Amino acid sequence: MQVLIDNFDKLLDAFGKTFQLFVVAGFLSLIFGTMLAAMRVGPVKVLDRAAALYVTIFRNTPLLVLLLLVVFGFPKLDIRLGFFWMNILALTMYTSTFVCEALRSGVNSIPLGQAEAARSIGLGFTQTMRNVVLPQSFRAVVPPLASVLIALTKNTSLCSIFGIAEGTAAMKALLNDNTADLWPIVIGIALGYIIIVELISGAAALLERHWRIA
Amino acid sequence: MAASVLFDAPGPKTKRRHRLYTVISSLGLLGVLGLIVFQLERKGQFAYALWEPFVTPKIINIIIEGTGKTLQAAVFAIIGALLLGMILGVGKLSEHRVLRWPAWLVVEFFRATPLLLVIIATWFYIGPEPGASAFLALVMGLILYNGAVFAEIFRAGINAVPKGQAEAAYAIGMRKSLVMRIVLIPQAVKIMLPSLISQAIVALKDTSLGYAVLAPGLTYTGKQIFGTFRNTIQTAFVIALIYITLNLLLTWLATWVQKRYVGEKTFTADAVGGIVQSQPDAGASGAGGAGIR
Repeated sequence: MQVLIDNFDKLLDAFGKTFQLFVVAGFLSLIFGTMLAAMRVGPVKVLDRAAALYVTIFRNTPLLVLLLLVVFGFPKLDIRLGFFWMNILALTMYTSTFVCEALRSGVNSIPLGQAEAARSIGLGFTQTMRNVVLPQSFRAVVPPLASVLIALTKNTSLCSIFGIAEGTAAMKALLNDNTADLWPIVIGIALGYIIIVELISGAAALLERHWRIA
Repeated sequence: MAASVLFDAPGPKTKRRHRLYTVISSLGLLGVLGLIVFQLERKGQFAYALWEPFVTPKIINIIIEGTGKTLQAAVFAIIGALLLGMILGVGKLSEHRVLRWPAWLVVEFFRATPLLLVIIATWFYIGPEPGASAFLALVMGLILYNGAVFAEIFRAGINAVPKGQAEAAYAIGMRKSLVMRIVLIPQAVKIMLPSLISQAIVALKDTSLGYAVLAPGLTYTGKQIFGTFRNTIQTAFVIALIYITLNLLLTWLATWVQKRYVGEKTFTADAVGGIVQSQPDAGASGAGGAGIR
């Protein structure tokens, strides 16, 4: 216990980094993932295929290999962004594929009859979208999207291998110096992650309740 | 073109417009691809010397050996995780609070904790040395983590069996353990198969974390190769290709199993727990998406 209290400021810094990675990569992944999903459900076949290929490739590559490619490989192409942004780039490339799949499944979960019914009572395209299709999609998308963001939180731990002093890196450093205090250190750091994860799932549950159909 | 919720069937004018979009986006995509190839060429990344290791028999053998170790870790991890998951899943469904609470605690803890953290902790616990000890830590970490995920899949699978099945079994006088064993679990396994295979894909990808503790495996092999030949990009490319191939094979297996044993009907991620670890405490509503690591 004493180790954690003595190093509390360092731990706070480390989890600040974890949180920073989560927020920035999460934000960018949502944007890029939405673009991919738009390509996949849109009418242009070429874009659909390209996005599908991207998703297949990057979803099946381990994040660690992607990080290797970006953090150690890109400097060889004279692409230098600094460690933080390199890690963010790899996290985004990876996470956006899951965002895309989550969004796409949300749109696909709407039965075709919904749109047909909307058109048959005379709603135009915009009205159909705004009042019938999109609200239902948003609702369907919350749980899988929350899962993706939770996984992202946990995946930021991989950045400890690539030069970011975040939560897991802090744990490794503490363990190196205080091998005897294995359990308090591990459980303490794990609690840090659990808190972030619980915050996300709490927010998702709140949204879900808010949007529940009465 | 298949009917879509988002669009009406295109008329002649819209079709013409779509053709224009197709041309523009094709040019754009080709441009991006060309830029990447150009940059790679300019920096001499296509030089034969950098690719040569991957056609050298000795290195190929090392890669095959690494792939073997990776598969070995994945198989050990999945078998162990299945056992652990079954114990924890049944524990969570138990009527006895003494069993239910510890099972719940273990599952929630390992699902919300990063796998890498668990692996490193295990590694320090059994002695932080590379090689066999690191391999053990990797497998242990994978078992603990995936066991927790499997537990949720098991629980959701058993809950997805229609209630009447258990009620009918009780009505003809079966005891609880018998109902579980010969009525619920066989049906649940059928429901769970696709999720189980998807989680196996996640476990396979996760074996790459062995890199962090210097456990033998595909990614660590890669480290040794690009450490020697200074060809990070090429090595990452080849390793990614191997992982993608293995994962696509497993995906194909999952699809086949789904068609063969479950039927064309796709199960909603909610019913079976899904592939990503869902948010803790929301096992019922959680999950969906796909294996995130």
